[in-house]
Parts: sequence; structure tokens; C-alpha cells
Amino acid sequence: MKERQDDFDKRRTQLKNMTDAELKAYFYELSDKIVDPFMELGEHYTSKSVERSVLLRMGFSSIEAKKIVDMLNENNLLRKGAGHCVYRVARDNQISIRDAGHQIAEGKAIDTLLEVFSNHA
Amino acid sequence: MRKLNPNEKLNIHDILKDLDQYHPRRRGWTWRDAGELKLRGFTYKEASPTLKNYVPLPSANALDGIDPQPDCVVTAEIASGRFEDDIRRMRMAAYHGADHIMVIRTAGQSHFDGLIEGTPQGVGGIPITRKQLRAQRRALDLIEEEVGRPINYHSYVSGVAGPEIAVLFTEEGVNGAHQDPQYNILYRNINMVRSIVDAAESKKVMAYANMLQIDGAHNANATARDAWKVMPELLVQHAINSVFSEKIGIRPENIALSTVPPAASPSPDLKLNLPYAVALREFFDKYKMRAQMNTKYMDSSTREATVTHVLNLLISRLTSADIQSTITPDEGRNVPWHIYNIEALDTAKQALIGMDDLRGLLNLNQDGYLYQKKREIQERAILMMEEIIDMGGYFKAVEAGMFVDSGEYPERNGDGIQRDIDGGVGNNSTIKRDKDYMAPVTAHYGYNNVAQYDEKAVENPAMLIDGCTFEKPDKIQFIDELDDSDNVYLRMEETEKYRNTNLIKPEVEWLADGVVTVDLFFPVESKIAGEAAIVAGRNMNLKDVEVIHKEVLHPSEGTRVQIKGKVQFDIDMTTLDIPEEIETMSEEDVYNYVKKHPLKVIAGTGGDDEHSVGIREVLDIKHGGVEKYGISYAYLGTSVPIEKFVDAAIEMDAQCIMMSTIISHDDVHYKNMEKLHNYAVEKGVRDTLVLLAGGTQVTPEIARKHKMDQGFSRGTKGIHIASFLVKRHQEMTGNEG
Repeated sequence: MKERQDDFDKRRTQLKNMTDAELKAYFYELSDKIVDPFMELGEHYTSKSVERSVLLRMGFSSIEAKKIVDMLNENNLLRKGAGHCVYRVARDNQISIRDAGHQIAEGKAIDTLLEVFSNHA
Repeated sequence: MRKLNPNEKLNIHDILKDLDQYHPRRRGWTWRDAGELKLRGFTYKEASPTLKNYVPLPSANALDGIDPQPDCVVTAEIASGRFEDDIRRMRMAAYHGADHIMVIRTAGQSHFDGLIEGTPQGVGGIPITRKQLRAQRRALDLIEEEVGRPINYHSYVSGVAGPEIAVLFTEEGVNGAHQDPQYNILYRNINMVRSIVDAAESKKVMAYANMLQIDGAHNANATARDAWKVMPELLVQHAINSVFSEKIGIRPENIALSTVPPAASPSPDLKLNLPYAVALREFFDKYKMRAQMNTKYMDSSTREATVTHVLNLLISRLTSADIQSTITPDEGRNVPWHIYNIEALDTAKQALIGMDDLRGLLNLNQDGYLYQKKREIQERAILMMEEIIDMGGYFKAVEAGMFVDSGEYPERNGDGIQRDIDGGVGNNSTIKRDKDYMAPVTAHYGYNNVAQYDEKAVENPAMLIDGCTFEKPDKIQFIDELDDSDNVYLRMEETEKYRNTNLIKPEVEWLADGVVTVDLFFPVESKIAGEAAIVAGRNMNLKDVEVIHKEVLHPSEGTRVQIKGKVQFDIDMTTLDIPEEIETMSEEDVYNYVKKHPLKVIAGTGGDDEHSVGIREVLDIKHGGVEKYGISYAYLGTSVPIEKFVDAAIEMDAQCIMMSTIISHDDVHYKNMEKLHNYAVEKGVRDTLVLLAGGTQVTPEIARKHKMDQGFSRGTKGIHIASFLVKRHQEMTGNEG
């Protein structure tokens, strides 16, 4: 930021007459305004790390999770959720979650997944 | 594994055995059982119960060994690079009052894209891995049982793998973590959007696991040129992370602000730090305070650091602290050593207990300077938030370099940290979720279209996969080691000859590292003294000698230098001549013997020695001295001529002389012992008189070498002397008990 002198006395004019309680309430009002856009990002976006963390919870090792996520990311499938892809392969083929993950990691189930999800938005 | 025994070392091999099968006992954070404590006639107001096993403060020796614990959780940061050696230190720390063990990560882990596995050695911290966490949690599970108080285990959920680490921590029973996307953004240059997206997931997982979260605002003090000028911004940073966390779902009582008194003496410490501490606690009263100690103004003097930290503890007691963190006094010069972790813990315990109920004793001045300054800090923070919003929000403000500017807001010096929304590590790595996005796991944040598969699973998405690792820990995949050339087994093999054998070596952080320090004074200027100290170290046969601290006493009259170096030898414990412990009889046996065979003692301080405290303590009944067992005594006072002891013993028909001798200058204490013996021989009474010498510089061996029947040193109680006297008297007279 550009350098500037301390002009606290000038800027505080509208705060000067607030009570301590009003000041605190205003502080949290501003905090909400700053933070609210974060909530939107968290709600509607994901990342490779988020997706790997989902796969860890599904019973994959960190090494397996990395392979699966990298494979899905290359094929633009993370927008569906890595766990979703694994779940879908397992369900459609009546195999275990871990086997489904391994298939994806090896690139085997990708075409099917692309086809399954082509009908979705 | 079986329970720990205070008299046995913790076996690291046992900790590592069958680790793949081990699951932690619990999740979530535990506070101390805080309240009033009554101990040895004292009433403490801000305290918690004494531990089952502990090491009290040194002065507790004079107070029946009491160890009152403060009310707040006390932290030790332990991470030497070798987690296996840290486990031993954790056990020592727990004995000294730590119930929050924080593990610092190795340099570079925050940029590691994924989890690290195995047990590689770290630099400035340790690589946080599943195996390392599980081993340390397992050890802490045993240690907490040993000390009788839950121990919170803690590390960092940050970097580009935050969500995975949060999941790992939940699975492995980690109880608290640092989590603050601002840390990623400002200090690790990780892309802002990515940091926020990852933080949302991480916080959700932490909320599920009931983990305590600590923010990263304190880093601004450490980074800014004049740390106290950043105070308004600290309020803003705390607010951003706390409010974000609460909105995600972390309960306010699990949200802790990491707050450091920004200034340190010789600046007017309290005048700068106290208004800030008050401002913060007033605005953030629904959250917890993790009071950290100042690191910004630390140099290599451990004494100076300790004083700074005690002033920080004063702030904690004048305001509040839910968690009191400790910084080791050697952090200004090296990665913390064992002894300094313990010193830091004892400093905190001593100061907090010493300042018990300070707020009950005095009130903070609610008007004048303290109020005005507090209010000013709060208003400056609000003005900064207004400008952030005017600029278009948080991301725009960071892009403009609003944060960590060295000017006290609204002053700006144009040197803030600036990050680009399209820059940093992990730029362009977030992905928008589609309408059918789904994740079939527990504690996943945000949009999750589970309903497309099962309406009933909406509240419990993991139902789709029959439970995830959070409900079914058996699903966790354990990886042992990935690197054949860098792991705990190899490191332990190297030091195996020092593990439960007869060999020992001095150490500061790692088993048998051989490092020692030497404290020297040279009557010369600083530059020469430093070089002289290195030569001195080499001449002492130390290897890798380095100066770790220098302090000028006078520009030309002299300099203090501390060096460290490595010793080149092992010590075989079987070759040591261990001083015997004098066996004591039961109080009753002593008492009964004296009743049958009355004993009289002539006592005093010998020669030109005016010290009388020690000997009074072992004589008077009030202090549990020999009088307690029916032994009568004649106290001749201080500076008693040696001959007078013997003459008095003959005259009063005494059986024993107790000579106190504190002064050791010119070996006068040895000379007096021999003089006493010789004079008794000369008078023909040596065979019927028990001669005892006592004092801080006296040991049993020295005393016997100089013709005394026995010597007594520091820590001697009346029962020790009475027991010896009775036994010796039995031998001399042939009396039965």
C-alpha cells in the first residue's frame, strides 16, 4: 500500500461516540462482511487436497489417494467428487470401494465414468 | 503395552511394536479440572489437582515436595527432528506439568502436496506422518496414565495438504491444531483461494473431532519490524479466523486465539502489552486465549528470555490465559534442548502459581491510560476492517499489501506482504463442484449431493459406504516406512549401544549426542574472548566447538562466553563409584533406642563460620531435627573454636559432636574436620565420640576421608543423622537395639 501518515484522529470521528458495547458489535458486523465470501468459496469449490482427504476417509492410503485424485483431475472429474467416482464404480460394478479406487488409479474405469457423468450437468 | 513405571525407562522399541494395530483412546480436547486447591495449609484459587507422578519445583524441597498445578493448560513445544527422542522428552515434560504437547513440523512440510509417510529425520521440527503421530500418541496415552492427567497432543493443519492432515489428525487422536488460512497466504505464499477452500474442509473436520483450534495471528508480531505497531491488525486477523471457524461449525470454546505480548523490555513492556491484552480479551471473550510467549525480541541470553517470559506470564495472570504456552529460553540460539523445555515449564509453573489470584488482589485501572490505549487499539482495528471492505474485501486487501505493514494502522509504510489472487503455490487449483458433486464421508464441508443416491443418507453421507474411517478405524491404511535410508529403525540402530546398556553419554536433544556447554569468563574484549573460548573448548577435547552466547561485562575488562561442543567418550556406569545412600532406621526404632540409651550431642558451626541455618534445621524438634527422637543437644553457636567442641563433649558427657562447616574456601572445612579428630585423639576420647560434619560442600566420602565418622550434605534430615548416630553408637558400645 501507498505510504501514508497516521490519520487516526481524523478517521475515528464516527467511532468516537460509540459505547464499548456498540464498538464491539460493530467489530463483529464488519468481521461477518469480510468472512462471508469465504463461506461461498468453501460451499461450492473443492481442491485436490479436499478430495484426497475424502479418499483417506474412505479407507485409502495417502499414496493411493494421490494416484486416484491425479487420475481424476487429469480427466476433469474432480468436479463430481473423487469419492463420488469411486463410489459409482464400486456400485455399478458390484465391487468393493478399495477395488474401485484401484481401478481408477490404474486408469481402467475412467471411460465408464466419463460416460456415466456425460448425462449429468 | 504394560503401564509405565516411574523407575523404568520408556522402551521406544515397545512403542513401535505392532503400531499398525494401535488406535488412540479418545478424540478431542481436554481442559484441566480448574478450581480451588488446598495443599499444605495453602489455598490456591487458580489451580488444578496435583499429579500422580511429578517433579516439583526445586524450592518445594522446603515445602514437603508439594507441586500445585496452575488452572490453565500448559504447553511444551517438542520437536528435535527425531520423534523417537522427543518421546522421552515428552515424558519429562509431563512430569514438570505439561499437558499440551505441540509438535513443530519440519521445514518445508507446508509445501508438500500430500501426506508424508514413514519416519524421516526432520530439520527444525519433524515430518508429521501417520506412523510418527501414532507412536507419539501411543506413548502419550501411557504417559498420561502415569501422571494422572490427560495430555493434549497438537500439531499444524496448514500448507497445501490441510484437509488431509485434518483427517489424519482425527484418525490418530490429535487433540488440537493450528489452523488459519491467513498463515498459508501471508507467510507460506500459498494461493489465497486454495487456502480458503482447504481451510473450510479442514475446519469442518476439526469441528467434528472436537479439536481445539489455535490461529496464526502471532506470526504477525514475529514478522513486523516493530511488533507492537501491528496490534490493531492482530485483532483483525484473529477476527477473520475466529468468525470463519465459527461459521464453519467449530464451537467457540474450541477456538483459541494465539496471542503474544508483542513488546519486550527494554521497551516499556507492560505499558505496551497490557492495553493490548485487555483490548483483545474484551472483544474476544467468547473464545479461548492461548497465551504464547514473545520470541521476537529473543537473543542468545537464556536469562534475558526467561525474564521476558515471566513478564508475559504476568500479563497472563493480570488478564487471562486458558492455555499458557512456553517458549524455551534457548530458542534464540538453537532448536530447543531437553533442559530448556523443562526450564520453560518450570518458569511457567513457578510464576503462575506464585501469582495465584492476582486479579483477586488488585484491579486494573479502568480509566486513564489503560482504557484510552485499549480503546484506541480497538478503534484502529475497526478502521482497518472498514478499509478492507471498502477495498472490495479480503482478497483485494491482501493484493494491495494491507497486511503486516510496519506502520500502526492507519499509518502505512508500504512494506506489507502482498499476494496476488492468481499467484502463489497451488494457484488455479480449486475446482467448482457440479450439481451432482458428492462425497460419501463424514465431516465434509459444503455442497454434497448425497440425495441423488439415498435421501436417508443426507444427514450421514458415510452410510453409503457403510461408515468411513471416522466411524470404523479399522479401515485406516497404515504405511510403515517408505525410505530404506532414512527411518527410525536405522537411527535407533546407531544409538542402540546406549539404549538400556551400561553406557551413557551427555546429551542435549538426541540420545548420546554428546553435546555439552561450558560457561567461561575471559578478562578481555568480546572479539578475543570468543576465539579464546573456542580454543579452550578444543583443549578440553571437545569436538565441533561453537560459541552459543556472548555477553560483554565491560568493553575491556571482560566477556562471558558460552560454548557448546561434543565429548569424545562414553561412560560405563558399572565403573562409577556411586556414593552410598545412608540407610535410615524407622523413626520408632530410633526413638526406642534413645529412650533406653540416652544420647547427647554437642553442636555448632566450626571455626570462623557464621552459617547456622542448616544445623538448626537438623537439631530443632520444630524442623524434625534429632531432638525429635529424644536426643538432647547443646548448641554452642557459630564460629566455635574446634577445641571447644571436644572440651564441651567431655564436660557434658556427650556421645557425639555435630560440626557444621559451610565455608569451603582454601579447604578450611577439611582442615577443621582433621583438627577435630586430632584434638579428640589427643584428649583420649576419640574412641567414644561420634564425630559428624555437615554442610553444603560436605559429602560422606570427603568427611570420612578427613577422619569423621560420617558427613552429611544438602537435603539431610534429622532422621538421617539420628539413624547414623544410633547405629554407630551401637557399634561402639555393643548395645543391642
